[in-house]
Amino acid sequence: MKKKETKLPETEEGTVLFNVPFPEDLSQLKKMSPIIIKWPYHIDYIHSYGQDSPFFAGLANKKLVGTKCPKCGYKYATPKYHCMYCGSECDWFELPLEGKIHTWTTCHFGGEEFLKETPFNLILVEFEGVDSLLLARLIGLSQDEIRIGMKVKAKFRRNSQFKPTDVYFVPAE
Amino acid sequence: MRDVYMVSGGVSKFTKARTDKTFQPMVKEAFDYAMNDVPNLTIDQIDGSVASYFSDHFQRQLMSGIMVQDYLGLCPKESKRVEGGGATGGLCFQTAWADVASGRQDVCVAYGFETMSHVNTWKGNEFIALASDTNYDYPVGGFYTGYYAMMVVRHMYEFGTTREQLAMVSVKNYQNAFHNPYAQKKLKITVKDVLNAPMVAYPLGMLDICVMSDGAAVCILADEKMAAKLTDKPVRIASVGCGTDAMRMADRPHGEVILLPHESPNDYKGLKYPGVHSFRAGRMGAKLAYERAGITNPLEELDFVELHDAYTSSEIQTYEDLGLCKYGEGGQFIESGKPNLDGVCPVNPSGGLLACGHPVGATGLMQAVFAFWQLQGTIDKHFGNDKLQIQNAKRGLIHSHAGTGTYVTVSILEKPF
Repeated sequence: MKKKETKLPETEEGTVLFNVPFPEDLSQLKKMSPIIIKWPYHIDYIHSYGQDSPFFAGLANKKLVGTKCPKCGYKYATPKYHCMYCGSECDWFELPLEGKIHTWTTCHFGGEEFLKETPFNLILVEFEGVDSLLLARLIGLSQDEIRIGMKVKAKFRRNSQFKPTDVYFVPAE
Repeated sequence: MRDVYMVSGGVSKFTKARTDKTFQPMVKEAFDYAMNDVPNLTIDQIDGSVASYFSDHFQRQLMSGIMVQDYLGLCPKESKRVEGGGATGGLCFQTAWADVASGRQDVCVAYGFETMSHVNTWKGNEFIALASDTNYDYPVGGFYTGYYAMMVVRHMYEFGTTREQLAMVSVKNYQNAFHNPYAQKKLKITVKDVLNAPMVAYPLGMLDICVMSDGAAVCILADEKMAAKLTDKPVRIASVGCGTDAMRMADRPHGEVILLPHESPNDYKGLKYPGVHSFRAGRMGAKLAYERAGITNPLEELDFVELHDAYTSSEIQTYEDLGLCKYGEGGQFIESGKPNLDGVCPVNPSGGLLACGHPVGATGLMQAVFAFWQLQGTIDKHFGNDKLQIQNAKRGLIHSHAGTGTYVTVSILEKPF
């Protein structure tokens, strides 16, 4: 029999407290409980995609672009503007919209930002003739249906958010 | 370069949340413990320090290192911070080694800490996931357990590794930790418990993953002359090695295996390496450390290993990187019982990160302290029982690892007395 849950979930809702008791005898202070306060923090970063910007412009136009080293020929599915192997400046090229699952997982938990989207699938996609891989979401299959080697195809959001999730993959057959 | 010795160590017990203290007095607990263990050492004789902490986000405090330096009474001595994700502690240990080996300092204190309880677990996971490419990887669903899960799924595909084998790592480490008073979690569990625990990211469940912690650890290193003055049980740092790999898993190449002295290219015909199934940085760190210490057969020549088991899967992958078995045989290695406490080469006799916790900046130094006590033969004194003391341990390895195998340090410690 499954054990019954006997614990309330911890939340970050607290009480506003404007004062605490203070002892007459200062030697008692070492026995005081710690004061724990809530300290919110919100930032809007001005994030530039820099040399990677064409990848995101590509997604907005339903194209996947990677980079290719003109010197050693290495092809990056996740763009690198300079080649890791010979240091040359790479050129952009169009990636195929179909690939295979190189590896995968289903996340049942996640970072706070993505917690509401769980469970979701992550895959690394391999493309024919391309040396490196691409991380993406896989939609349309559940944990027990996903296999390494399955063919997947790219789909794009109609309204681009200029995030790598503008592209996602679905089963190709 | 001069020989470097570890002369003392201390750990403030890792725990879910240290609300009673801020980080400075928490580090002082570990520092005072280490100082008390070498009563001949005075603060005057310390030449400098290296600070180890991973994230500025968790505390929302920049330059925490200097706040520890002044709290410990170490100002105006020289100091610096090192950082490299999960391997921060190992990098700190090796930086302190370099400060002494180079002759820059005769006595150097390596201190590490992390206070991860200041945010909830899921926000903590978000911070940790920022240690992945924020253009391409983090926004897709940044989650470290997810990344390691993808790595082990490929390991299972390439080599036939099973979830049961992963679970055996958890059972072993929790079993060891039961006798370690420094362990954060004490659980008596079976393979079935691990398999039935709530799934986090397939195939890793709650009991396959270490927890977040608050904690601190301190190591004191010295040259030969000072070591002889301070203790009759110094431990020599025989060698250090470190390796790196690309941040994005998508960028990991498919090439040749980096071979260790006891391996030949025939062992790995057709294996594309490292891909996402193995940690090239761990292999590189091991190769350098073995070459520098003259180790040609690690399984035979190491009496124990304390390695970075943030996930059960990483422990299996690391057996292979360290050459305790060949690539692909990590699953069989745990089944063979060789890494058990009574096996040929006990791995994580302390209980590792799974059971002891993982306050990032302290973790690599905690491993060094446990290894130091093993080689001194003082586990009984520090743990209050000798159940985890490996008899006649002469040489041990410590291994510190940053996600997803980006920085890995390997250090070899030896008993010279």
